Formats: sequence, C-alpha cells, structure tokens
Amino acid sequence: MANTQNTELIFGLYDDEEDLLRAVKSAKKDHLEIYDVYTPFPVHGLDEVMELEESRLHIAGFVYGAIGTLTAFLGMTWIFVKDWPTIFGGKPYWSVPAFIPITFEMTVLFAAIGMTVTFYLVSGLGPGIKNPQLDDRITDDKFCIAFDKSIVNSGDAESFFKNTGASEVNSKNI
Amino acid sequence: MSAVVSPIRKPLITGNKTYHQITEDLISPTEKTPTKAWIIGFIIAVAVATYGIFCIIWTIWVGIGSWNLNRTINWSWDITNFVWWIGIGHAGTLISAILLLFRQKWRTGVNRAAEAMTIFAVICAGLFPIIHMGRVWLAFFIMPYPNTRGPLWPNFNSPLLWDVFAISTYFTVSLLFWYTGLVPDFATVRDRAKGLRRKIYNTLSFGWTGSAKHWQRWESLSLILAGIATPLVLSVHTIVSFDFATSVIPGWHTTIFPPYFVAGAIFSGFAMVLTLMIITRKLLKLEDYITIEHIESMNKVILLTGTIVGVAYLTELFISWYSGYVYEQFAFFNRALGPYWWSYFGMMFCNVVSPQFFWKKSWRRNVTLTFFLSIVVNIGMWFERFVIIATTLARDYIPSSWSLYSPSWVEIGIYVGTMGIFFTLYLIFVRVAPVVAVAEIKHILKTGGNQYVGENAKSHTHHTNEH
Repeated sequence: MANTQNTELIFGLYDDEEDLLRAVKSAKKDHLEIYDVYTPFPVHGLDEVMELEESRLHIAGFVYGAIGTLTAFLGMTWIFVKDWPTIFGGKPYWSVPAFIPITFEMTVLFAAIGMTVTFYLVSGLGPGIKNPQLDDRITDDKFCIAFDKSIVNSGDAESFFKNTGASEVNSKNI
Repeated sequence: MSAVVSPIRKPLITGNKTYHQITEDLISPTEKTPTKAWIIGFIIAVAVATYGIFCIIWTIWVGIGSWNLNRTINWSWDITNFVWWIGIGHAGTLISAILLLFRQKWRTGVNRAAEAMTIFAVICAGLFPIIHMGRVWLAFFIMPYPNTRGPLWPNFNSPLLWDVFAISTYFTVSLLFWYTGLVPDFATVRDRAKGLRRKIYNTLSFGWTGSAKHWQRWESLSLILAGIATPLVLSVHTIVSFDFATSVIPGWHTTIFPPYFVAGAIFSGFAMVLTLMIITRKLLKLEDYITIEHIESMNKVILLTGTIVGVAYLTELFISWYSGYVYEQFAFFNRALGPYWWSYFGMMFCNVVSPQFFWKKSWRRNVTLTFFLSIVVNIGMWFERFVIIATTLARDYIPSSWSLYSPSWVEIGIYVGTMGIFFTLYLIFVRVAPVVAVAEIKHILKTGGNQYVGENAKSHTHHTNEH
C-alpha cells in the first residue's frame, strides 16, 4: 500500500509457497504481527492462515448489478409509458418481455464495471500509481513476508526468518 | 527428488518447470527483438488492414451503393461477417469463464490468448453493423440519450437495439476481465525491465505488488466476472439470433435459432482458437504450455458443438417439412437446391462432416490435421451465416422481387481487411503481453500435475499424494 509516512520493513524471502504457509502459521502462533505477505501468484489457503476477512467484492457486485437492473427497467418503463408512449406491433406500451434482454445486459454491465473499479480503488491500484516494491523477484518466484520494524523488533524477526527457512532477509524503507 | 507424476492425471504443462523457468519462458517473447516470422506476418497484416480501412473509407465516401446490396437482398456480406466474427469471439469467453466455473484447469494455458482473440474479434464484428448503417456519423443515434429531437428514443422492443446493448456490454466485460488478468503479469514484466520500459509497464500494471489481500480480491473478482460472463456470452449470441428469429422471414422465424447460434459460435470460436494457438505455440516455442492435451480437449469441444450444429441443421429441415407451411418448406428447398446450393453443401460438409474426424483419438492429437480442419470449420461457419442471410433473402415472398447477389470489390475488401485488423492486433498483443497467463500457470503448477521439481520439492513430497 502507498503510505506517505516512512515505514521501515524487514522482510524474508522464501523459495516455495509451502514454506511460506508454514512460516505464516508460525508467525501467527508466535503473535508476530505481519505487515503484509507478497506472492507471485494467488497461493491457495494463504488468506485462511493469515486470517484475512473474506472479500466483500461480491456484495458490491450484487448492489451494482441491482442498480443496473433498476436503471434499465425503470428507464425503459418511464420512456415508453410516460415520456413518449409508442405502439410497436400492437403491443402494450409497457411490454415487459421485450425489456428483459436490455435489463439483463445492463445488470451485467453495471456489476462488471462497478466491481472492477471498486477493486482497483480499494486496493490502491491504478494507472500511474507507483507502489513500493520490496524485491523484483516477488513477481517471479519469491514469496515474501514483511514485518514493520516499529512493531516487531529486528532480532525477533531475524530469528523467525532463520527458523522458518527464509532464503534471504532484507530491510527496506518504504 | 525426481519428479513425481500422478499416475491418474496427466500434467497440465510439460517439461518439469520451476517458477522461474515459467517466467523466463513466458515473458521473454515480449523482451526479445521480433523474429523474422513476426515481422513478415506483421507487415502483411498491416497491409491487409490498411486495404480494409481504405475500403471502409470508400464505403463511407461513395455511399452504401458501392456494395452490391439491393432491395431484396438488403443484408449480405456485412451481416454475415458480423455474425461470423462475433461467433468467433465467443470461444474466448467460454474458455475463460465457463471452463473456470467448471474447474477445467487446462484452460489456463490458452485462456489469455483466447480472451485477447475475443476482444479483437468483437472489434472486427462491431465494425460491420456500424458501417452498414450508411451514415456512420449518425451512429450515436442508436444510443438512448436525452436529445433535442423530442427527446426521441430508440425502440427498446427491437432486437437490433438489444444487439447494441449486448455487443457493447460483451466487449466491455471481456476487456475488464482480460485486463484484470493481465495486471499481475504486467507487474512481472515490469520487474524484469529497466528504464522507460519499466515505467511503461508500471503504468500498465497499475502498481501491482502481489499483496495477499490484493490476490484474494483479485481471485474473488475473477470468479464473479466469470460467473456473470457465462450467462452474458449465452445471451449475446441468443440476441444476435433474435435479429433473425423475431422477423417474419421464412427460414429465419424459428425458435431453434438461439441454441443453434450459440453452439455454432462456440464451434467456430474454438476453431479459431486452435488456428491461432497452433501458430503461436510453434512460433513462440510454447509447446510445454499449450500441449497436445489442450489441442485434444479443444477438438473434443469442436466435435461436440459441430455435432450439435449438425443436429440443428437436420432438425430445421425436418421441422420445415413437418410444419406443413409452404413458405418455410420452400425456404429450405431453396437453400439446398436453389441458386446458392454450393454454399449450403459447403456448410454441411465443413461443419457437420469435417469435425467427425475427431472421433479418432490419434486424429484429435494430430496437429497438422487439426490446423487444417480448424480452417475448414471457419470457412463452414462463414457459409452457414451466408446461407441463412443471403440465400433466404434472395427468394422472398414475391417471385417478381427475387434477386441474386455477388459481393462488390469493396465488400470483399472490408471482409479481408477485418482479418488484417484482427491479426495486426493479435501480433501486437503477442509482442507486448505474455500470451499465456503467467501467474495462473504458476498457480496450477503443483495442484494440476504434481510435477514440481523446485529446490524445495523434497520437503513436501506428501503433497503429491493429495488430489
């Protein structure tokens, strides 16, 4: 995350996600507060051992979708019943079955755009944003656990990394 | 520490890769100078695209009269090409969304390129309805917006307007889905790059860090987008078929159209994915990622959907006879034995007979045969749309209005030009982005094939007995 204040991090790099999972578990057991974990791909089970809350994006998606449904359906209803009533092929002004395709498409459109934009906003990601990178190999083949030095003292962190089999330990100011 | 390969499951990718090797294999094509084959292909594609754009400008400049349409045959190559391209696009969404929901892990090798193909195919498809309006500069009239003409609204009861919404939603959702998948891989490219290239890829990667929380949200987003893209892709081709099915033209006015169009779309889309993948894996040396297993799986889909399409053709024929409705009977008699009989038999041969070769396992796994048949299938699916559109309109209710049609050089130019546009975009894509989803491949490396041989492999061999 792009923090304006200076945070001093100590981080260890692991070569394998199994080692990472074990290390996160033991950090939880030792009550070491993890700053963040960085991985090159979504590691299965990591959110569970980190005790991350379930993402609420799907709720947001439902709300956006519902807004789309209502916008499309009520919009068409207003246009064809109130604003400019027109008879097409002898059908009633309010011909609900004919509104369904557009209502569906707008539901999907609103849900997709809304969720994607929300995802980037809440994650602090977007074009032009430069987030601090701890190590270039984190997007390749290294799995990283980072501690905030002001919360976890360096000695504890170093012995933790040593015990859990980290291949490298480094510090960085972000 | 030797590779432990599951006796039941075949590995999803071959060659005993480590995570770093995967990065090397998949990112390096974007870093090297382009190969000679790429440069030659790109020059040809750009030349063809330029000619296509020239023909589009010609159409707009001279008017729609530069096409050989007439009052009887008022839709022909334009809408044929539109339906053909949009159908091709559907395979990308099928691979990325429906196969994700079905947990078909093999999709990972081909989803990125298939999604890119979807987007480029939809761009080509979308050109035709806009150009065929004639006065392109008024195309925005189809959108409902408060205007000074009343406001005068479009007809929300018309399938043509449903199409506008369906295609634009489909394009937007596919683009979001594809790009969100690309973000972590752009970050991998960024972290290997220096200088200006690093800046460009940092912008493209949206500042991705690989944080655990981001990955969790990213997975959640991908899954939900897949969930909504699945009914979307079915709805899009259903609505395309409504353009015909809700009319009163014999041969178009049939309830079988939506499922038949969707099956045909998947059929032609998979054929195009195969055409592209067979070239791509060869040129970029990705045989370990896009394996024979992938080709075989896709050939199974082609066999299934091709057979569904065949059943639909025969059902149509039977129902037209069984309906006792003379106009419907004539429409099908005319398709098979009228002036365009060759396109009907071309369609039958290419779409119904040719995929039947894939009943044989060794033929499904034969790359040369697959490549050849994938092109045959796409020709067949083009014929199908031509049969439905042009031959039906050529013989309408009043024999005095009967007409014949052959395309003008402008129409041919635009069609060929869209292939140029498509391949230009695809070739740019293989240069700037990893063609195979790097992060997703790493994700399935262990769970799929259990053949991981990284340095720490021996510390967790217990893993190989799971699944």
